[in-house]
Amino acid sequence: MKHTISVLVENHFGVLNHVSGLFSARGFNIDSLAVGETEDPTVSRMTIVATGDDRIVEQILKQLNKLIDVITVEDVTGDDMIDRELMLLKVSADQATRNDVMQVVNTFRAKVLNVSPDTLTLEVTGSESKVDAMLELLRPFGIRETVRTGVIALSRNRELKMPPSGIAAEGPVRKSASKKTASSSRKKAVSKAD
Amino acid sequence: MELTGAQIMIKCLEKEGAEYVFGLPGGAILPTFDALYDSKLKFILVRHEQGATHMADGFARATGRTGVCLVTSGPGATNTVTGLATAYMDSVPIVCITGQVATHAIGSDAFQEADVMGITRPVTKHNFLIRDVKEIASTVRKAFYIANTGRPGPVLIDFPVDVSRAKTEFIWPENVHIRSYNPKPVQTGSSYTADQIRKAAATINASKRPVLYVGGGAVVSGAEKELFEFVEKTGIPITTTVLGLGIFPETHPSSLRMLGMHGTHYANYSVQGSDVLIAIGARFDDRVTGKIDKFAPHAKIVHIDIDPASISKVVRVDHPIVGDIKPALRDLLKEVKNLRPQIKDWTKQIQEWKEKHPLKFKQQGSEIRQEYVIQQVGEITKHQAVVTTGVGQHQMWTAQWYGFSSPRSMITSGGLGTMGYGFPAAIGAKLGRPKETVVCFDGDGSFQMTMCELVTASYYKIPVKLIVMDNGHHGMVRQWQQLFYRERYAASELGKSNPDFTGIAQACGVFSMSIQKNDEVIPAIKKILAHDGPALLHVKVARTDNVYPMVPAGHALDQVMDMA
Repeated sequence: MKHTISVLVENHFGVLNHVSGLFSARGFNIDSLAVGETEDPTVSRMTIVATGDDRIVEQILKQLNKLIDVITVEDVTGDDMIDRELMLLKVSADQATRNDVMQVVNTFRAKVLNVSPDTLTLEVTGSESKVDAMLELLRPFGIRETVRTGVIALSRNRELKMPPSGIAAEGPVRKSASKKTASSSRKKAVSKAD
Repeated sequence: MELTGAQIMIKCLEKEGAEYVFGLPGGAILPTFDALYDSKLKFILVRHEQGATHMADGFARATGRTGVCLVTSGPGATNTVTGLATAYMDSVPIVCITGQVATHAIGSDAFQEADVMGITRPVTKHNFLIRDVKEIASTVRKAFYIANTGRPGPVLIDFPVDVSRAKTEFIWPENVHIRSYNPKPVQTGSSYTADQIRKAAATINASKRPVLYVGGGAVVSGAEKELFEFVEKTGIPITTTVLGLGIFPETHPSSLRMLGMHGTHYANYSVQGSDVLIAIGARFDDRVTGKIDKFAPHAKIVHIDIDPASISKVVRVDHPIVGDIKPALRDLLKEVKNLRPQIKDWTKQIQEWKEKHPLKFKQQGSEIRQEYVIQQVGEITKHQAVVTTGVGQHQMWTAQWYGFSSPRSMITSGGLGTMGYGFPAAIGAKLGRPKETVVCFDGDGSFQMTMCELVTASYYKIPVKLIVMDNGHHGMVRQWQQLFYRERYAASELGKSNPDFTGIAQACGVFSMSIQKNDEVIPAIKKILAHDGPALLHVKVARTDNVYPMVPAGHALDQVMDMA
């Protein structure tokens, strides 16, 4: 089944390479991946939609967690969440069909961005299924071009935990000699393996 | 005072406690080598960068400390990929610094440019590209921290030449904190719970046919004492993977020796018959499990590992314990009881298997058998040497016949199976543990992949003892062709094309001798061990022996083939 995974990552060079490389190396399928900066400019949020059974998704979460630049990973699929996707599309519409197309546009609360003699360029926002549905309804008119952002999602109630900043740091002490405890209280989501 | 990026890099390596640096210079890394010229770091100039990574790897496995490589951009960096992948598969801490073309030239297909970040991403635990001279110190600090904490692994630092020439104040960050990396879940108390330990212990305490299955993670954790106490207290029989060899003495009555494709009958039968399998620092590799859906079919599985991603990756685990093995075992030890009375039938059954199916080989005439050579080296070194191997038949026979008794004494490429690993790894191991005897068992095929490092051993007078088993074949390939490819021996014979190994050694300044009769074995071993300096013993061995027991790939572990 489809899972929506929300990932906070360090916003720097090479992170996307690590994440996408992980998916190809482990043979996981990505349906969509959307990434952008968060309210904290040092952090980006990725929303990944991936398909797999529970075991595969568990591995995806664990392997993502292992990446050094990944701060937090959560599978938000079961959550009460808001998910949105934005699509731009150019559909054939001449004098004869324009009104019919506009009916669909109005039904889906889409926006008309551009009108030409034989096309309309539209913007629609909504859940993935809404965007799919609109696409299907417009298909008979002739879809010229589309572009989709991929799903982005936020949980209504839950917020992804960031580690508190300014934690007492810890040096690279040799394993056996180390008695110091890392005081980081952040718990990566998947370590509760039971 | 301002320093160049190159000087800062070298200072950082010194501060991190690096003792040896293995590598080879070139254009983009020249400023760093220039800074190295003024340093007390001991540099080992290799003949090929793959050798540098294996030396750093051997050093790290022998000592537990992070190995360091320094190479140039482009081909220098790409030559390290095999070594990095080897270290990554076996969780070995290495920091590899590669030169890179100047930042403004990156992406322009400049001379000796390669996308090293892209190439090495899948074979490193993490990699960094330094783009600002001010980031050098913190990056090196992070690299060492990441390499040798949690589940260890190789870390690569790509170091553009203009950054190495830029200047800044050197500020050493005393502490490292990476908010997205928390390698010690145990010590934060946020990982396994007392309840998980109790549940696992209850399952173990109720078992009738328990088996311990221990891998390289236990070696990394330094858990040999805890493991020994665990076995002594409970009486549970214990088998190890090839990377776990030495964590538990094989002379102990509870030892089942190695399991898997070339493991003992009794180890494999025990795992298959077990009702509780306690996996410790092991990852259920296919060479260990055989056909996965027939692996340990009756067993509940307890799995202790520091890497949560290892848990339930291959086999569904009933009792996961995520954490450092040493403290986790100590906690578990408090909860388990002496099981000897309730597992009496089980240990008796195992004893019968042991008696019925011991490891064996047949001595015939004066022909030398590899098993015999390895066994005799074991006797003569009192099972105390640090042993490295290449990959193939000799590797499996070493695992079976040396008789390992202490951790970090078997240094071999288990996961990636890198031929040519053994000899450079032996050089690194010897530098890390100079007082100990270091022996490399190699095959004629395997050895030829990195034999250029004979010059390195000779030049730096690194007294490793190299035993090249020459059966004139890629022996393991030949074995599979005989057994599974209708004796069609495609490209597995080396006999006619093999060079004169003793001649090559001599030309490189390495003492060497060659033997082909069985009664020459013991004196020859003694002679090369006594020689003051690196030495190569070329052994002409039986040409077509097979390694047994063998569980063919894709079969259940108890479907064992053995010699007639």
